[in-house]
Amino acid sequence: MPTFVYMTRCDGCGMCVDICPSDIMHIDTTVRRAYNIEPNMCWECYSCVKACPHQAIDARGYADFAPLGHSLRVLREEEKGTIAWRIKFRNGTEKNFLSPITTKPWGQAIPKLADESEPSPTMRDSQLLFSEPKYIRLDDGDLHTLESNGLTMKEGVYY
Amino acid sequence: MAFKTIVEDGIDVLVVGAGLGGTGAAFEARYWGKNKKIVVAEKANIDRSGAVAQGLYAINCYMGTRWGENNPEDHVRYARIDLMGMVREDLLFDMARHVDSTVHQFEEWGLPLMRNPKTGSYQREGRWQIMIHGESYKPIVAEAAKKSADKVYNRVCVTHLLMDEAKENRIAGAVGFNVRTGNYHVFKSKTVVVGAGGASNIFKPRSVGEGAGRVWYAPWSSGSAYGLLINAGAKMTQMENRIVLARFKDGYGPVGAYFLHLKTYTQNGLGEEYESKWFPDLQKMVGKEYLDPEASHRTHRPIPTCLRNHAFISEVNAGRGPIHMVTMEAFQDPHLEEVGWENFLGMTVGQAVLWAATDVDPKYQNPELTTSEPYVMGSHATGCGAWCSGPEDVSPPEYFWGYNRMMSVEGLFGAGDAVGGTPHAFSSGSFTEGRLSAKAACKYIDDGKAEDIVVSDKQINDRKAEIYKPLEHYKIFRNEITAGTVNPNYINPRQGLDRLQKLMDEYGGGVTVNYMTNEKLLNIGLKKLKILEEDLEKVAAENIHELLRAWELKHRHRTSECVLQHTLFRKETRWPGYYYRGDALKLDDENWHVLTVSRRDPATGEYTMEKAPCYHLVGKDEE
Ligand SMILES: Cc1cc2nc3c(=O)[nH]c(=O)nc-3n(C[C@H](O)[C@H](O)[C@H](O)COP(=O)(O)OP(=O)(O)OC[C@H]3O[C@@H](n4cnc5c(N)ncnc54)[C@H](O)[C@@H]3O)c2cc1C
Ligand code: SF4
Ligand code: SF4
Repeated sequence: MPTFVYMTRCDGCGMCVDICPSDIMHIDTTVRRAYNIEPNMCWECYSCVKACPHQAIDARGYADFAPLGHSLRVLREEEKGTIAWRIKFRNGTEKNFLSPITTKPWGQAIPKLADESEPSPTMRDSQLLFSEPKYIRLDDGDLHTLESNGLTMKEGVYY
Repeated sequence: MAFKTIVEDGIDVLVVGAGLGGTGAAFEARYWGKNKKIVVAEKANIDRSGAVAQGLYAINCYMGTRWGENNPEDHVRYARIDLMGMVREDLLFDMARHVDSTVHQFEEWGLPLMRNPKTGSYQREGRWQIMIHGESYKPIVAEAAKKSADKVYNRVCVTHLLMDEAKENRIAGAVGFNVRTGNYHVFKSKTVVVGAGGASNIFKPRSVGEGAGRVWYAPWSSGSAYGLLINAGAKMTQMENRIVLARFKDGYGPVGAYFLHLKTYTQNGLGEEYESKWFPDLQKMVGKEYLDPEASHRTHRPIPTCLRNHAFISEVNAGRGPIHMVTMEAFQDPHLEEVGWENFLGMTVGQAVLWAATDVDPKYQNPELTTSEPYVMGSHATGCGAWCSGPEDVSPPEYFWGYNRMMSVEGLFGAGDAVGGTPHAFSSGSFTEGRLSAKAACKYIDDGKAEDIVVSDKQINDRKAEIYKPLEHYKIFRNEITAGTVNPNYINPRQGLDRLQKLMDEYGGGVTVNYMTNEKLLNIGLKKLKILEEDLEKVAAENIHELLRAWELKHRHRTSECVLQHTLFRKETRWPGYYYRGDALKLDDENWHVLTVSRRDPATGEYTMEKAPCYHLVGKDEE
């Protein structure tokens, strides 16, 4: 469903313009509000819908295969760490879903690698990546190699 | 035109395209390059860009060695059989042995991974897939990239790679333009990691009109990874290996959780199981080695994705469509019903909207499936992409030239869809490949391989003129006509895209020809692509947004040309169900148990095709 914008709710803040991966949410110069300039390049990804602070964006199923009379609304709350969905069918049936979007306060649990200690020369020459080998198995096990797993690389037809 | 030129100089690692692969590269580069300058150039906003913009409900590549579930070589064998033998097993083994560390980090960063309440291990969807609440998957990995990078340039569409003028075949950075300001951006860099993703919208989509954006892979997957690399003279591999997906009809909602976790299954229009009756004929085409339903039944050996497509397509052609997904049993369980819906809300919202619009409640009605138009990418059940070096402790000499994931151009690395021969990496594997290439890129610089790079002003100015040509062209010829879009001197990007899709569909094996092509058709297709290329010199852009579409189109065009060249070269039908060479309908291991490698000469535009040996991981007991 390509998106559209309700005239009375949009204040032209541009959050949707900033986020749309397809670059199709633009501000109309006359009404100074957002609109979808290229509906046939919309993936209905809902990035703009989730980003709009005024719930001004909605989606209406693609005209070539979706009948009118449905709605799918979403509320994503970063502080609460949840996303809520409400689906309304053409025949009036309603379904609601609530999912977590993160288990940690936003962004804080991601390490700043500039502050990590410098990797040793042996680590640099090894096949290991940051936080390996520990993070591979979370025990003392090492990285898998051809030798450790009893393998060779052979040319030919093997199935 | 009054666009500014903005030069970012002295970059060590430039990441082009920050989807799952690019964010992995930007994040990891900081660890190995403490004092290095790391810059990201992304055409959208990295918080919601790429194939994972709307989220994912599963991580499709996780070994689970921590829980004693699988070893890396098990995954390689799985990918090998799924891709009918044609994979780079060194790259796959390497990805698989590192991927768990990526996933464990994701959990630590806050990505909600579901757990199996009985065992405490991650909730499996299938042998390789784990279930997540992944609505914020992309914002989370973007956060990691932002914490590591010196600078992130959002809304810069990269159009070309820069080449060193001191040493042949060495990378020197990239150029592009800002999709908002129009400014010209020059990135001078010692290394470049390309993570610009795969290609949708190359073959005519099934959707028409307003729905044309409803493609399976994102409509912004513009084949830029391939376009950039091919134009720089990098060798490509397995570009014929385009993928067709069996998905819910029209919305292209994912089926993984349905088959694997919900245990739903397919039926033809008469309510019969149909798949197995096509297997005897298929066995004659591909051989028992590749299709052995009994062995698959006994073991974890999969029935290759393409062969299941073949059964689907054949059954529909036999007049017994539509194919249905039997959901009415599973959906009686409220928990499974919830999983079924959340699976869409987490990664393909449009499918939920479509069912709401058409009153399809899978609890009371079995929804229809379809097979999609083909896509060109390298991280799902397909392995299109660049020919890259593997790691030194795994790769045979033909696959190794110094730095992990470095392409045949020095200093040029890749991750995710950009890397060829590595199917089944998915989101987690693509991020892992980004990490691997970032480490290798830092090592390449530390080894002194990127000294004394020269980029002349001429190269920079020539590229600039080239980039803005569609705007100029529009300005010159627009006023010859009164109004409208029909002009004898130019086509606009949409018109060009329509032409590309039509010819790829009809000559390259798209949906309207039931995925069928042959040598004659491919040669006609290539001729038409050449003429389209001439017309793309006259593509006109009315504004900067159209300029973005013009460059996406040029990248899609180059990708398409490479796809047809490879399809022409491989004289067999290796993946029935993805495409058919009507003039060579059988799989031919005697001549074609090889990887295909191409190089386009940037000076002449000529392609050279080669066969590269296919190495397999072999256990002691198999020798
Ligand atoms: C519907 C769907 C369902 C999927 N389901 C799953 C799943 O359940 N589990 C799983 O693990 N994987 C899944 N995948 C696969 C996964 O999304 C991909 O494998 C992965 O995202 C590939 O990573 P990438 O970095 O190669 O490409 P992407 O993540 O697509 O990133 C490419 C990036 O490059 C940028 N870019 C493109 N062109 C340019 C340019 N010219 N200049 C600058 N930047 C550019 C794009 O904006 C984007 O940010 C799914 C994909 C889709 C579409
Ligand atoms: S749904 Fe996605 S593609 Fe469509 S306008 Fe919104 S952000 Fe853009
Ligand atoms: S984010 Fe919402 S309020 Fe802001 S411009 Fe877009 S539609 Fe209008």
